[in-house]
Amino acid sequence: MATITDENPLIEGLERLPVHPTTLVIFGGTGDLAQRKLLPALYNLAHEGQLPERFNLIAFARREQPHDEYQQMARASIEKHSRTMPKPEVLDALLENVRYVPGSFDDASAYEQLEKLADDFDERAGIVFNRVFYLSTAPQFFPVIVEQLGLRKMDKIHRGEVRIVIEKPFGTDLASAKKLNRIVLREFRESQVFRIDHYLGKETVQNVLAFRFANTFFEPIWNRNYIDFVQITAAEDLGIGTRAGYYDESGALRDLIQNHMSQLLALLCMEVPASTGANPLRDEKVKVLRAIVPPTLEEVPRMSVRGQYTAGTVGGENVAGYLEEEGVPPDSHTETYAALRLHVSNWRWAGVPFYIRTGKRLARKVTEIAITLKPVPHLLFQQRGSLGVLPNQLILTVQPDEGVSLSLGAKIPGNLMRIRPVNMEFHYGTTFLSQSPEAYERLILDAMRGDASLFTRNDEVEAQWSIYDPVLEAWHNSSESPAEYPAGTDGPTEANDLLEPGQRWHDL
Amino acid sequence: MPDDVWSSPACTPADVEAALRDLLTKRAAESEGVHAPARVLNLIVIVDREWRGEIANRLEQVGRYSASRTIMCVVEQGREHISAWARMTAPDKDAPPGEILPVTEAVELDVGPQHLPVLDTVVDPIVVPELLTVLWSPHGHDDAVDALMKRLTDVILLDSVVEPDPKEALARVDEMAQRAYVVDLAWLRSTPWRERVAATFDPEEMRAALSAISAITVRFRPDSTASALLFVGWLASRLGWRVSPLIARDGKLHGHANARKQDVHIRLDHHPDQNVPGLAGITVETAHGVSISLDRASGGLTERRREKDGTEHTWKVLGASRGEGGILGQGVRQALLRDPTYKPALDAARAMLP
Repeated sequence: MATITDENPLIEGLERLPVHPTTLVIFGGTGDLAQRKLLPALYNLAHEGQLPERFNLIAFARREQPHDEYQQMARASIEKHSRTMPKPEVLDALLENVRYVPGSFDDASAYEQLEKLADDFDERAGIVFNRVFYLSTAPQFFPVIVEQLGLRKMDKIHRGEVRIVIEKPFGTDLASAKKLNRIVLREFRESQVFRIDHYLGKETVQNVLAFRFANTFFEPIWNRNYIDFVQITAAEDLGIGTRAGYYDESGALRDLIQNHMSQLLALLCMEVPASTGANPLRDEKVKVLRAIVPPTLEEVPRMSVRGQYTAGTVGGENVAGYLEEEGVPPDSHTETYAALRLHVSNWRWAGVPFYIRTGKRLARKVTEIAITLKPVPHLLFQQRGSLGVLPNQLILTVQPDEGVSLSLGAKIPGNLMRIRPVNMEFHYGTTFLSQSPEAYERLILDAMRGDASLFTRNDEVEAQWSIYDPVLEAWHNSSESPAEYPAGTDGPTEANDLLEPGQRWHDL
Repeated sequence: MPDDVWSSPACTPADVEAALRDLLTKRAAESEGVHAPARVLNLIVIVDREWRGEIANRLEQVGRYSASRTIMCVVEQGREHISAWARMTAPDKDAPPGEILPVTEAVELDVGPQHLPVLDTVVDPIVVPELLTVLWSPHGHDDAVDALMKRLTDVILLDSVVEPDPKEALARVDEMAQRAYVVDLAWLRSTPWRERVAATFDPEEMRAALSAISAITVRFRPDSTASALLFVGWLASRLGWRVSPLIARDGKLHGHANARKQDVHIRLDHHPDQNVPGLAGITVETAHGVSISLDRASGGLTERRREKDGTEHTWKVLGASRGEGGILGQGVRQALLRDPTYKPALDAARAMLP
C-alpha cells in the first residue's frame, strides 16, 4: 500500500473520483452553448453526485441582469435540456451558488467584480477554491478574455489551481491558431489550458482506444499489410439551421474535418501510448498528425473535393439549397461538403489511403470509420450466383447507432459452395443498456479535475491546421464553384474521383 | 409496438426457450431489424408467491440499469407443474433513422418447492449462454441458491441489512463471497458516504489528517447495523487500522481500533427517525481537533466542518437520492464491475462484531 501522503487510499474502488472544490466561470453564460449543453451538464453532474463537494458557478455575459434573473434563466435551460428529469431539491441547491456578472469582455471593471465574487466564495467557505474559466463565447473574444484575465493576474491563485477551457474553433487557420496559442500561453502554462474538442468526450470515440488496445486480434492486421483503405465519414442530414453567419465563414472543413475528424484519424492510427496519461496519449496523436504530409497547392485539386447542396428532398420533405438558406450570401463558395484523400507517411500506414468526408444535407446522419481489409490472396470459391467473396470490412460507428460491425464471408445454406458477406455486430445500446453521459459532462469534470487527456494540446491543434491550411488556401484562391449535390443524396459524384480503382464509398 | 407475450399453464424449460426464440424472430421481422435483443446480463430472481408483486415493482424501478433477460422464479406451495410466461419489451418510441432499439426479455416461471433443489436444471436452458448471470433471492430459499451457485451464477446480489442479526448476515455474505462475486446492496447504500469522505480527505493538505483520525461516529437506521459496520470496516481496511469486537451498550455499539499513531474511538448509534435503510450520518474527528460531519438532507448531504479554533462551516454536497429502486439498479450495474474494497471491508466489519 502506498503511503497516505502519496495518494489517497480511500479512492480505490470508487467510480466517482474526488474533485477539488471549484468555482467555475462561464464566459458567455447566456449563450446557446451554455444554455443547451453546459448548464444541463452541470445539473446532471450535481444529480449524480459528481460535482466537487463545494461548487460555485459564475456566469459572465454582456446582458445586464441581476443574479436571480440569471438563476431563473439557468433553471429554465436545465429543465428544458437536461437528460435527466431535474429534481427540484437538487436544482435549488445548485442554483443557490450561482452568480452573474454583467459586462463586456474587455471591461476591466467587470473582471474586478468577477474577482471579488470569486474571492467572496473563498472567504465565506474558509478555503481556496480552484478556478476554471470556461470560454464559451464567439472566438474573437478568446484573446480579449485571456488578456483581461492576465492583466488582473487571475491566471494564478495562491494555494489553488487555475485552469482555462477554450471552446472551438481554436483559430481559423494555422496562423490564427498559432497567434491564439501565443496569446494564451503568454498568460497560462500549457498544463492550465484545456482546448475543447467535444468529440473526444463521446464514449464511442474513447472506445476506439479500448477497441484497439484492449484486444489482441486487431493489432496484427492494423497496418499497411492488411488494411486496404480507410474511410472516415461524418454525414449530417440537417442543413445549417440558424447558423448561417457562423457556417458561411467556417465551412465543412473547418467545422468538422480540421478538429473532430482529424482526432478520429489520429486515434485510429496512433501507436500504443506508454500510459493513458494526457501527455503520452497526445504525444502519440501528434506523431500521426505530423506524419500526414500536407498537400502542395497544386496537389489540392487531386486530393480534395468540395461541394455545396442544392435544393432536394430529405426524409420525404423538400428542402432549400444552401444558397437559398436565410443569411447565406447568394454567391457564397463555402463548402457544405468536403472530401479528402490523405496519407499517413510512416511505416505502419505508408500507402494506405485515408478518405475523409463530411457534409450537410446528406442522405443520413452517421459518423463512422470504415476500415476495408485487403482481399484474400487467392479466390477459392466461385463468385457466380451470389455476391461472392468481398474484402472484410470493420465499421466503427460513432453515432447514431454506436457500435462495431465486422463483415465476414459466409456460406449460403444449400448444396453449392456460394459465399456472401454477413455481419457480426456489437451495439452499445443492446450491450450496456445504460445511458451514456453527455460529452460535456465528462469534459467539464475532467477540466475541473485537471485531466487533459481528452483535450487537444497546442502542438496538436497546430499540427491539425498544418494539414489543411494548403487546402483552405487553394479553395480560397480558386474561382471554381464547389461541386453541386442535391440535398438528400450521398454528396457530389466528384468525390468518387478521389478513390482508387476498385474502391467505393461506404454506403451512407 | 406492443409487448409480445407468450404463456403456457404447463410447460418445460425447453418450451420456454423455444418460445423466447420465436418471439425474438417475430419481433426482428416485424420491426424490420430495428428491434434487437439486449445482451447485458441474465438476472435470476427467486421469490415467494405472496411477495411477487413487491419484487416486480422494485425491478420495474431500476430504470436504465435493467437486466437484459430477467428470469423470475415464483415459488408457490403445492404447485406440481411448471407454468410460465415470457414477455419481450422494447422502448415505447420510434427509433430515429439508423438506430436500433434494445429489446429486454422477462420470463416468469411458477415453480413448486420440489423444484428448488434442482432449480439449476430448470433455469439452465433459459439463461443466455456466455453472458454474466446474476442471482437475487430476497426471500431465502437456500436450497435453490445452492443449486444455482454450483454452476450457473457468476454474481450474487444480496442485502445484508435484510437479515435481522448482523452477525448472521455478514457470515452469510462471507460464505457467499467464497463462491461467487457478491454485490451487497447494503454496501452500495454507503457509496455516497464513502465518496464524500474520500473527497474530504483528498486535498493534499487534508491527506495527512487521515492518519490522525481519532474518532468515528456512524448514525444509522436501527435495522442497518450491517451497513454501519461495513462503512467503518471500509475505513479500517483502507487506512490499515487493527479492529477488535465492539461492545454493545444502551442500544449502541462502541469500541476502539488501533491506527498507527493513536487509537480510533468507534461509535455506532441508532437513528430511529431515518425512514430508509442505511446510514443517516457520520462524524469523523481528528487528533488535531478537526471534526467533519455528513448528514442526510434534501438534495444531497449536509457537510459540517469544525476547525480546532472552533470556526465552523456548513454546506450542501449535491446529489439526488437514488431510492431503493435506484439502489437495486446500481446493484445490477455493479454486477458488471469489480470492487476490490468490499471484501477487506467485510472482513474488518466481521472482526468488529460484538
